[in-house]
Amino acid sequence: MVSTEVSTGVSTGVSTEVSTEVSTGMSAAVTNGAPSPAASPFNRPSLDVVWAALATVPDPEVPVISIVELGIVRSVEWRGAKLVVAVTPTYSGCPATEMINTLIRETLALIGVTDVELKNQLSPAWSTDWIAPEARERLKGFGIAPPHLLGSRIDVAGISPLRRAHVVVPCPRCASRNTELLSQFGSTACKAQYRCLDCREPFDYFKPH
Amino acid sequence: MNRDAALFEYVLRLGDTDVVLAQRLGEWIGHGPVLEEDIALANVGLDLLGQGRMWLTYAGEVEARLAGRGRSEDELAFLRDGGAYRNLLLAEMPNGDFAMTMARQFYFDQFHLPLLRALSESTDPRVAEIAAKAVKEVSYHAERSMDWVIRLGDGTEESRARMQRALDQLWMYTGEMFTADGAEIALADSGIGVDTRTLRERWLASVAAVLDEATLALPQGEWMQGGNGRGGKQGVHTEHLGHLLTEMQHLQRAYPGAQW
Repeated sequence: MVSTEVSTGVSTGVSTEVSTEVSTGMSAAVTNGAPSPAASPFNRPSLDVVWAALATVPDPEVPVISIVELGIVRSVEWRGAKLVVAVTPTYSGCPATEMINTLIRETLALIGVTDVELKNQLSPAWSTDWIAPEARERLKGFGIAPPHLLGSRIDVAGISPLRRAHVVVPCPRCASRNTELLSQFGSTACKAQYRCLDCREPFDYFKPH
Repeated sequence: MNRDAALFEYVLRLGDTDVVLAQRLGEWIGHGPVLEEDIALANVGLDLLGQGRMWLTYAGEVEARLAGRGRSEDELAFLRDGGAYRNLLLAEMPNGDFAMTMARQFYFDQFHLPLLRALSESTDPRVAEIAAKAVKEVSYHAERSMDWVIRLGDGTEESRARMQRALDQLWMYTGEMFTADGAEIALADSGIGVDTRTLRERWLASVAAVLDEATLALPQGEWMQGGNGRGGKQGVHTEHLGHLLTEMQHLQRAYPGAQW
């Protein structure tokens, strides 16, 4: 019985990953040293393990990217037995904030971290420039045009500088550059609504912020 | 008035204006002229509500330094009567038609954006970080409301007439944004706040440029509501605020402490 379980575990990717994480966690925690009585180095996962766990938390509104790729987890640090996670909101009124906090707590509990302080960090204000490059590509696959980098908004010579002029937002489905803005606000505050004039599909554009 | 007392008043004004305008925009939900605009109105309101929460939370913390105990954002929003509200009169103006709502937003955004830019340099780090966060959101608000003023002004005969009427009717509520009383001047002097009298000239120039593009006339008239230092910022409101608060505060008043 026992030997079967062990061999199965070793042969599957999942268990191997878990065992790697645990061993990394212990050795890293030992090198970090200074264990308080409540936090022995043997029950405190390393920060690498913490980051890896947080990287599995999807953004509730855009589930193809994680909260780490989104750039809203600013720092993690151990204070004795307590893990302090600094999170910055995308938009001030973002209704997903509380859900994200709940997901962070649940995910950390899965790696045995239950003493967690979530710090709401406002400064520096979140920017879409912090979204990981590979996550930008994944946004396209999800039907969302990724944000341009800040400062790339170019005023096209037009009738007047007051008439809105935008950078071209290519359609995430057919890559056509022939698209038009429908509304500055889409399904969430962080997205604008566009329409492709070739494939006729509406799509969201993650606004540069 | 010591510095924290002035700061409490000042931050309350910023927060109350956001919360009241957010409530007004929320009244549009389910009534927008088209789905996209319904969503946009709600999203602008949501941004302002988020910003209002940050200001009111800070106001409560400043109050705690002053009085030992500070009120929470919820207590400040839901348990103060009209006379204790410090919002700008412009923010409490009823929605009217879509032109009225966008004219109100346009006048306010053109003021709000430079105000937040200036506040993001505040010597009070908390004021600076809230403003720096908010300014990114408000730049989209300003772009959108300007766009609508131009589209409706340079639109059909009907849309142009309505936008002109809205701009004319709200004009007398714009002067209050550029008044400064003792609390504001004291905070501006210490680098925490902004003396908004210095923002008026640029506001007027940008408003005039947009109205010109929109083929609309810049409203005339020197007399301003609240221009005498007794306006919304001092707790002297129009009758509209009471009705707004009645609806907004109903649940907490009827079921004190209710949570869900």
